[in-house]
Amino acid sequence: MHPIVKLVAQRLALSTLLLLAASILIFVGTQILPGDVAQSILGQSATPENLANLRAELGLNEPAVSRYLSWLNDVLHGDLGTALTNGRDIGESIGYRLKNTLFLASCAAVISVPLAIFLGLLAVRYKDRWPDKMISAVTLTSISIPEFLIGYVLMYFIAVKLGWFSSVALVNDGMSFFEKLNAIALPVMVLTLVVLAHMMRMTRAAILNVMQSAYIETAELKGLSTFSVIARHAFPNAISPIVNVVMLNLAYLVVGVVVIEVVFVYPGMGQYLVDHVSKRDVPVVQACGIIFAAVYIGLNMVADIVSILANPRLRHPK
Amino acid sequence: MNEPLVKVRGLKIGATVYPPGEKPHDIAIVHGVDFDLQKGQVLGLIGESGAGKSTIGLAAMAYGRGGVKITAGEVWVNGRDILKTSLKDIRALRGGEVTYVSQSAAASFNPAKQIMEQVIEAAVGHGKFSKSQAETRAIDLFAKLGLPDPENIGKRYPHQVSGGQLQRCMTALALCPEPDMVVFDEPTTALDVTTQIDVLAAIKEAIRDTGVAALYITHDLAVVAQISDHIMVLRHGEMVEYGDTGQIISAPKEDYTKALVSVRSIDHQEKPPGTDPVLSVTNITARYKGTKFDVLSDVSVDLYPGQTLAIVGESGSGKSTLARVITGLLPPREGQTNFAGQTLSDALAGRSRDELRELQMIYQMADVAMNPRQTVGTIIGRPLEFYFGLRGAEKKRRIRELLDAIEMGDGFIDRYPAELSGGQKQRVCIARSLAAKPKVIICDEVTSALDPLVADGILKLLLELQKAENVAYLFITHDLATVRAIADSIAVMYQGRVVRYGPKSKVLAPPFDDYTDLLLSSVPEMRLGWLEQVIANRKMESAGN
Repeated sequence: MHPIVKLVAQRLALSTLLLLAASILIFVGTQILPGDVAQSILGQSATPENLANLRAELGLNEPAVSRYLSWLNDVLHGDLGTALTNGRDIGESIGYRLKNTLFLASCAAVISVPLAIFLGLLAVRYKDRWPDKMISAVTLTSISIPEFLIGYVLMYFIAVKLGWFSSVALVNDGMSFFEKLNAIALPVMVLTLVVLAHMMRMTRAAILNVMQSAYIETAELKGLSTFSVIARHAFPNAISPIVNVVMLNLAYLVVGVVVIEVVFVYPGMGQYLVDHVSKRDVPVVQACGIIFAAVYIGLNMVADIVSILANPRLRHPK
Repeated sequence: MNEPLVKVRGLKIGATVYPPGEKPHDIAIVHGVDFDLQKGQVLGLIGESGAGKSTIGLAAMAYGRGGVKITAGEVWVNGRDILKTSLKDIRALRGGEVTYVSQSAAASFNPAKQIMEQVIEAAVGHGKFSKSQAETRAIDLFAKLGLPDPENIGKRYPHQVSGGQLQRCMTALALCPEPDMVVFDEPTTALDVTTQIDVLAAIKEAIRDTGVAALYITHDLAVVAQISDHIMVLRHGEMVEYGDTGQIISAPKEDYTKALVSVRSIDHQEKPPGTDPVLSVTNITARYKGTKFDVLSDVSVDLYPGQTLAIVGESGSGKSTLARVITGLLPPREGQTNFAGQTLSDALAGRSRDELRELQMIYQMADVAMNPRQTVGTIIGRPLEFYFGLRGAEKKRRIRELLDAIEMGDGFIDRYPAELSGGQKQRVCIARSLAAKPKVIICDEVTSALDPLVADGILKLLLELQKAENVAYLFITHDLATVRAIADSIAVMYQGRVVRYGPKSKVLAPPFDDYTDLLLSSVPEMRLGWLEQVIANRKMESAGN
């Protein structure tokens, strides 16, 4: 068997194990939360009999292990359960939200990842000169300002003063693709500003590291232009660290954007999760947790696999 | 006489240095060098490290490594001064008119790209050939340079071919755009002698067939004598002597050149083997964890008190692994190590402090074998504290003695390794190992990273210390000249086995086994026509077989 197949299979198996461990953590975590689900559903005025009945109905009296196993079994069969608060199927509610979140995240990613890498290359090309310093200053500033502040500032200037885009990012299924794009333009801008600095700086650092190599000198002595030395000879050898930080940022775009969703009233996963945490709706919290964990682990697994594939020694063994 | 291809006048090169604890300042590396190079000629630049030879070679491409800047002078290539021309013109020159072959092809090839892509990149990029023309030319060059399977070797990645093959690929890379001149910067220094000779012959033939001019940079006079028409000897950035090759090697005028020609002046009388070996390894077989082949098989050698046993072999022959087994870093699968009458535990953890003390080691890279943030006094004082519990004035006195023994004064006690030269660093490492009062010191390629004259000094010092302290050396090296200078007995290793073992006079005298013969005949000799003669002999032998 090609060693690379083995390595990739190992990553897949490890990620599965990790996801299983995460599911246990999520389940245990929601169990040790203070408070009682039945109490919070029925309110302060509930009688002890009502509470006991509801607990039995929800299966809360069974041992934790068997509840975990039946939950896991359901999740593996695609059944995320029903929300305690409104009795709706969680899968359906999440499906709609997840689609929105992924749409927003991928739009932000499509803009920010190439932009960050290009800016990183540019910063290396003009290292320690004004373009490099300006790129660093702007991206560091944007990462240092809280994202809601950037959101409101952009909203004020672009939506209110200039009137280019709508200030709230309401989307629904009736909208065409371009209407949707128009609606989410502002949050995409904010998210891009937030994730740009990290990826750009890692690209810069990784490529500068590679630029010390002897083969870069060889490329320079071939008379290549500085930019093609960087793009053709340095970048392919810097892919691994860059991909890792890109994937971390993509994961952030999916699981960490609750503030932006609130600011722009965007119907995504983050808002949904926060709503239900405050209502102590454990099945929803668990479902969101397992999906976020899967996204995080999945993207990092992709980063690992890309790193493996980017290594010529592994791809072409002796 | 025609206008020369390259005309260098008054070339001065400087750099900014950042010494620890001092302000950055500018230093001069090359102080005004002149030379001409005619079309199709080869000029050898020779000198020790720091002589500025690589810097001069790169200046012919208007290139300065790191912070190196050309401060004054003219470099005329093909009729224009490249120090005054545009950046665009310099790019046309680099990789088009002048190309470069570096010391380490392994580091100079981009690991992420196929060899062919890199070999033809300059030729195609400068518009000299179309992609398919360049590929045909590259395959021709691969064949000419004696690479196996020239049709397909370009499809491989750099890590998939050997070091010697990669060095030839680098030569193909340099010749592919049909340059007017190639700068060869120590192209065979990193190779084993038996590989070096083939690469050298391939380069020489390629230079002759293509009629390209070359600057050939090396520290090895015997190598440059085989390949160049003229030789320029450099020292501390200045020209010492210039002449044609025959004159330089047979009738050098300057003292420094004479010293370079007659290096290895050590005359060491072989001592007869004693009766009780201080170190004796028997039937050692060892492999690294997770691998399936033995790096050492059935190795047995003896080392007698106050003597030197040289372990000779090429890279990969297992000589450093043997040192790891003896020091306990790699427990063997079979066999045992006897030291001063006792059987040593296989693993490091099972050895007593005295056993550790009596078996010391000196490494090839002195600068990485010392903590850069400790002073020389601390470095040498550490084993005194650790093994003998010395403190205060007593320790200081002993440090002074040791510094004296390595011919360095008190003044060095408070210096840091970064402030020392390569030879001084190695001397400090020697003092550190001596501080433990060992019975045996394992010297692993201790002179390989040093210039010949400096290495000579280190070897003399080691021999004197041996006489004074009666310490035995297990001397690991790939350099046969060093072996001749220092050894009492020799073990020749090849692919993890000892193929020849005995007193020096016997090992280095015929009749030879095939491998020792190959090894000995591959060591470059400082006379004209040596390379052709060896290659011709080998062809005759293989025809005879």
